Order: sequence, then C-alpha cells, then structure tokens
Amino acid sequence: MKFLFDNDTWQEIFESVRKNKMRTIITIIGVMWGIFLLVVLLGAAKGVENKFNNLFGNFATNSVFVWAQSTSKPFKGFQEGKSLTLKISDVDNIRKEIKGLEFVVPRYRTQALVVNNFKTGNFGIFGDYPELDKVEKKELVYGRFINDNDINENKKVCVIEEEIYKQLFDKDEYPIGQYIKINNINYNVIGMYKRSNVGGGGPQGNIHIPFTTFQQVYNMGDRVGWMMITGKPEYNISQIEADVKLLLRNLHKVHPEDERAFGSFNLGEAFAKFMGFLTGMQFLTWFVGIATLIAGVFAIGNILLITVKERTKEIGIRRALGAKPWEVKRQIILESVFLTSVAGALGIISGGFILMIIDTTIGQGEDSVLTNPTVDIPVILIAAVTLVVLGTLIGLIPAQTAVSIKPIEALREE
Amino acid sequence: MIKIEKLHKSYPIGKDSLHVLKGLDLHIKEGEFVSIMGSSGSGKSTLLNIVGLLDVHDEGYYYLNGQLIENLDEKKAAILRNKFLGFIFQSFNLITYKNALENVALPLYYQGMGRKERQKIALQYLDKVGLKDRADHLPSELSGGEKQRVAVARALVTNPKVILADEPTGALDSITSHSVMELLKEINREGMTVFVITHEEDIAEETDRIVRLKDGVIISDEKTNNKNNIKVSV
Repeated sequence: MKFLFDNDTWQEIFESVRKNKMRTIITIIGVMWGIFLLVVLLGAAKGVENKFNNLFGNFATNSVFVWAQSTSKPFKGFQEGKSLTLKISDVDNIRKEIKGLEFVVPRYRTQALVVNNFKTGNFGIFGDYPELDKVEKKELVYGRFINDNDINENKKVCVIEEEIYKQLFDKDEYPIGQYIKINNINYNVIGMYKRSNVGGGGPQGNIHIPFTTFQQVYNMGDRVGWMMITGKPEYNISQIEADVKLLLRNLHKVHPEDERAFGSFNLGEAFAKFMGFLTGMQFLTWFVGIATLIAGVFAIGNILLITVKERTKEIGIRRALGAKPWEVKRQIILESVFLTSVAGALGIISGGFILMIIDTTIGQGEDSVLTNPTVDIPVILIAAVTLVVLGTLIGLIPAQTAVSIKPIEALREE
Repeated sequence: MIKIEKLHKSYPIGKDSLHVLKGLDLHIKEGEFVSIMGSSGSGKSTLLNIVGLLDVHDEGYYYLNGQLIENLDEKKAAILRNKFLGFIFQSFNLITYKNALENVALPLYYQGMGRKERQKIALQYLDKVGLKDRADHLPSELSGGEKQRVAVARALVTNPKVILADEPTGALDSITSHSVMELLKEINREGMTVFVITHEEDIAEETDRIVRLKDGVIISDEKTNNKNNIKVSV
C-alpha cells in the first residue's frame, strides 16, 4: 500500500492525465454522466415515493371497501342471481364478530343536482359518519366535518370539497353558513376541505351530508350503500377482508364459496401493488444507472488502452530498468481507479446539486410532483464502491496489455 | 561475468523461421571492455537483448554472474536486470516528462529506495558524468551528448555488474561520440564490465576486445592495442 502515498506514483498519474487532457475530460464526463443519472433518477424515484406516502398518509392504507352484488350460486332454495343489499345490522354484526377492526364506516352515495343561486352542478353526494374523517383524512380549509350531533338530529348540513366551492360560489365568498340546494332541499354548508387525491368520488368533487340525513331524505330504510373497514395496524387486512365476506355470506344466506355475492376493494393490497411498482421503478433506475456507469467505465478502459499503446516505449524503458510487471500493472490500475473516482465524485456532487434544484423548484408545496427527492448515503456509498470495483476491473485490461508487450518490442518501437 | 555456450535464437517469420544466432560461444570476464561488431542483420542486437534479459534464447546456455539463466519469468528478469545490468540505448530512451535527476533515480525507485536517498545517489552519478548543474532539466532541454550522459548515469546508478550499450554513439556526432566513449572507458577503468554493440569501426577500436559477428556466427574475436588493455581476455 506504500506506493499509494508515493509522490512518483501520483506524479505519473498526473503526467499521463495531463498528456491526454481532452480524452481524459471526455471519458470522465462519460462516467460522471452515468453516476449523475443514477443519483438523479434514484432521487426522483425517492421523491415520487415520498409524494405517494404523503398522499396515502391521509388515508388508512390497511382498509377495504365492501359492497353487495348478486349471488352466483343457488343456495338454500334461492336461485342464483339474487341481488343483495347490505343492512345496518350487518355493520353491527361485523363490529361484533370480526377481530382486529379499527373502524367500520357505512356510507351512501348518489348523484344529485346541486344549486346555489344561479350556479348549478351535478355532484356526488355521500352520506357519512364522523369516523370517515379518521379513515380518509379531510384537510379542512374552513369549518368542520360532520359530528355526532349532526347524525343524531338528522341535520341538513353538508361538507363540500374545494372543487365544488369553486363551481358554486363566487371568488372570495365565505361558504360557511351559506345554503346550497341538493335535490331542492336546503343544506347548510358547515365545512370545506382540500381536494384529496385518493378515495371515491368523481373529478367534479364531493359533498358529504350526515349518514342519517341521507337515510331519511333518500328513503334508504335499513339499507347501506357500502362499507369502509379499517384494521388495526397489527392485523392483516386481507384476512379481515376474507372474514368479513364470509360473515356477510352467512348473514345473507349465500353459498359460503360464492365469490361474486359481495364485492370488495382492498386498498392495502392496492397500496402494496403500487409500492411494488415503485420498487420496480427503482430497480429500473438502478439498472439504467449501472448500465450507463458500465458504459462510462468501459470508455475509461478504452482511453487507458490507447494511453498504454502510446506509452509502449516508456513502459519498455521502465521494464528494462527493472520495473516488475506488477509495478507496471498497478500503476495503470491505479490510474483507472483514480479517473473513475474523480468522475464518480463529480457525478455524485452534480447529481446532488440537481436534486437540490429539483427540490427547490418542483419539490415544494402541496401540488408538487415530488417530495424531498433524496438519495440515501448508503446508496451513494454502494454506487461509489461499485465504481471503484469496476474501475479496477476495467483497468486490468490495459494493464494486462501493458505487461504483455515484451520490453524488447517496446524499445524497438521508434 | 557473461558466459554463453552454443546459443541459438530464431524468430518466426510467417510460416518460416529466421535463424539469427547459430550456436554462439562467448565468454566475457569481469572488468572487460568488449565490443560486438557486425552489420545490420548480423544478430548483434539479438545477442544484446538476450544478454540483457530482454529476450529469451532457444537453445544453449547463458550464465550471468555465474547464474544459469533459464525459465525466467518477467518478474525475476526484472529483478536481475535491475540488479546486474545497466542499459544505454542509441536513442537514449529517457522518460520525456521527468527531469535528468528523476530519470537517473528511476532504477532506484524500482529497487524500493526512498525518494530522498535515491535523489542523493542520483545526483552523485550525475556529478560523475559532469551534469550536476543540469539535474533539473528535462531531456528536451539537453543536447544529444548530455542526454546520453544522463543515460550513462542512469545505467550506473544501481551499481550493476555489466553495462550494456546498444549503439551508444549512433545518434551522436563524432566529437560527442568520442566524449561518451571516453566516459565508458573511464567507467571500465574503475572495474565495470562494459559491453558495447556497434557497427562503427572507430568506436569498436576504442574498446579492448572486438568480437565480429556475421550471419549469426562469430567470425573473429581479437584484442585491440589499446594502452589500457591490462586484463587479458581468452
């Protein structure tokens, strides 16, 4: 290792670099570009991941939607194709029977014409319990969400989404306390929330009214539109999903293996799938980055090969003077490692710099594409080590060429 | 010092092979000043390369300092070259981006000597060839004669057993040629074995013994009448 700190070792590397300035710069750019891409892509992927974590952060990811469909198997005297409806009693039964539940939130949905003075729109109307705010966090701008009092007294109140405010109200108008007409019934606006990116509802925006009000106004009886069920973090949501559906089949006298009778959408699984997609994206990033790196490192191998050819005579002289093959080899390998390391460092620094710029330009605020695009230090270390290893390996090729030239042949070259 | 018996060497040329050295016998004792004469193609450079461990022979025996040279790998050859042999080339073969001092010190670097120590020794040898004041000049800033003196200093710096000079004056005018030869003579007087290859008659005349080579065989081997020819050759 002593040679690493030897003046002559470094003097020779610098001389070799100095004599091939242009080519050295171009090849360094090759490797730099590779690691630069790797850092920026990984950072961007991380940013997207952070962004989605933020979005899903408002939403319980261990939740499942359950709704009723129609049977696909005859059972206990009933023909197949019997249409099913969820009941209020099902909600209580689920709460009682299934272990590991956090919330069971029954919901209604309909589509209705909404009028405010001369402005109208067709929006999704939801009948909701206060618990919805816990399952699907609403970021309120004004007012409050539905509370227990609204439920108990069947109050004609509503919480609107920002989109609806924009369509039904004048700019700078304060919506709270105003009345809007839904199916010709006046509702008092008690809250407004920011658009959330996940959850049911159309792009037009949603209006939430108390569950019991909806029940009464739309004459729902003991029927329930669908349910949102969340499990405690330590329970497996897929198991809960299966248990709930089995219980429902039992309660509704449906064949136990009738998969069509009750539909469900497992948000936990969807979330896992999306995370899988992100992992895939990261893999792709690594693949592209490493491939580019390898291309860059090969370019360095190439330039060294040319340099070695040009220095054939010098190498011959050195060997005539007693340089052992290994001494010639390690010099060239060190040169390769040096070039790749410099290029790598520059690439990492410029990559980090670009990530900083991305962060300050499009990485800030609610509507940002990315959130905190960063690359972990261990990842950088892995990339750097990979680079040095590749540099060493690629340096072996020109190094081998250098020592495979016999000193006599090298000296003969004029 | 150098003993060669029935040495053969041939080079492949396409499917044929060119038989360059055809059974040479040569014995050079310690302290001799020998020149190998021959026209181009006579095999003298091949002989020098084999003696200089830059190339390997096909058949026969080669003893360097009493040691039989066989099955040499590159590493061993490098160590032996560094220890026993000093090279002087026609085209000087100095490293262009190193100054005179660093060029002279290079063989010591490969011996693993520390920087300060090898520069000190190198400076002594530069002084010996009269170029102490040129120590920090690059080869491009030196004249041909000066370059060859630096090369001589570099050949001497490891205190080798034999100096091998391949057409040492081939690129020099007659006056500088003469001064380089005087330098070699002086080295020889100090006891160093010097082995010169040349095709110039007057250069060979300055040595103590002339071996003439033609078509791969020795055609004559005679002593010259130089006054410093004290040691008697075989």
